[in-house]
Amino acid sequence: MKNQKILGLIGLTAACSIGFGAIAGPADDSLVINGETEIVTKTTAPAYIDGLSEIYSGWHFREADTRVMQADDFDNPGMLGVEAAKDVWSEVDGSEGKACASCHDDPASMAGVRTQMPKFNEAKGTMYTMEMYINDCRTERMGAEAWGWDDSDMINMTALISSVSRGLPMSVAVDGPAAPFWEQGKEMYYTRYGQLELSCANCHEDNYGNYIRADHLSQGQINGFPVYRLKSADLSSIHNRFKGCIRDTRAETFKPGSPEFIALELYVASRGNGLSVEGPSVRN
Amino acid sequence: MAEDVKPRVKVPKTAAAGEVITIKTLISHQMESGQRKGKDGNLIPRSIINRFTCDFNGENVIDVVLEPAISTNPYFEFDAKVPASGEFKFTWYDDDGSVYEDTKAITVN
Repeated sequence: MKNQKILGLIGLTAACSIGFGAIAGPADDSLVINGETEIVTKTTAPAYIDGLSEIYSGWHFREADTRVMQADDFDNPGMLGVEAAKDVWSEVDGSEGKACASCHDDPASMAGVRTQMPKFNEAKGTMYTMEMYINDCRTERMGAEAWGWDDSDMINMTALISSVSRGLPMSVAVDGPAAPFWEQGKEMYYTRYGQLELSCANCHEDNYGNYIRADHLSQGQINGFPVYRLKSADLSSIHNRFKGCIRDTRAETFKPGSPEFIALELYVASRGNGLSVEGPSVRN
Repeated sequence: MAEDVKPRVKVPKTAAAGEVITIKTLISHQMESGQRKGKDGNLIPRSIINRFTCDFNGENVIDVVLEPAISTNPYFEFDAKVPASGEFKFTWYDDDGSVYEDTKAITVN
C-alpha cells in the first residue's frame, strides 16, 4: 500500500515536469500572416548584443490560441484599430485643409517606416519616435492639434503604419548621431529599478522562457508593437508597456514620451534588429 | 447609441453542395457590462449586443443570446452546411434598439 502511494507520487511528479517542459521556453512554431506574409520570429542576435545569442519575438512565448489569432487579419482584434486609422488617414483636419493622404497618398507608401523607428531626426537634432513624426505632421503641416501619446487615434495610426511594414526586418540605426541615445538606453536596460530592484535584463535577458508567477517571460522585444493586449482588450503603445514594466518593479515610472523612454525604445528596438515587424500583434 | 459599431463577416464565396463551411463574424462594440462605475462614482449603464442570429435563405442557422460578461468586440466562429446557392443574413441586436445587419452570398458549384 505504502509502495503504491510512493509510485503514484513519482508518477505525478513526472507528469508535472513533462507539463512544464512543454510550455516553458519559446514555442517551436512559425508565423505566416494571411497565408502570405512570412514573419521572421527567430533569428541570430545582432553582434552588439552581449547577453543573447538567439532573438525571439514575444509571439513564441504566448499560448497556441493567441499565436493563431495573429495569423489572420480577421481574427486579429488589433486590425480594428488599423481600420479605424484608415478612415482617419483620409479625413481632413486642421487649418491647412490637409489629411495624411494629401501628402502620403496610400498608407502602403509608409512601408518600411516602422523598421527604422526610432530614428535620429537631423532637422530637429534629436531622437524621434513614430509618435513624434506623426505629431510633427499634424502640428506643422496640417495645422491640427497634436495627439496625446496614448490617445486611441495615435495608437491606431501607429498600428496602421506598422501594419504595412509587416514582414520587413527591424533595422534601427545605433551608430552615428544615435550612439549617445543608444548608450543611454543600454544603461537603463541594465539598471535595477524600484523596491524589487529589477532591471529589464533580469527578466528579459536572464530569464526569458521562465515563469514569473503566472507570466511567461519573453525577451521583451518590441517588433510587435503596438500590441493588442487580451487583458485590456485594446492596443497598447511601446512606452505604455515600458511604464507597466517599471511600475511592476514598484518604482516611480517615467512618462510615455519622456527622453528616458525614447532612449530605451531605441536600445530595445536594436536588440530586435532582424526580427520582422509584426504590429499590430496579439499578446496577453 | 453605441459608437463605432461595425459588423464584419467572413464567408467563402463558393462551396460544394452539402459542404460544411466555417463562418467567422465580429462586431466592434464596447459591450459595457453595466457593472462598472465611472469616474463620478455612478454606474455606467449597460450597453451590449444582446442577440446574434444567422439565417440562410430564410432558415435559421444559429441564434445566440449574449450576456454582459462577454467581452468587447464579440466574435463568433461556427460551421454551416450549404445545401444550395443562397444568401447568409447576419443580424446583431443592440440594447439601445439598434439592429445591425450584413449579408453574404455563396455560390454552390
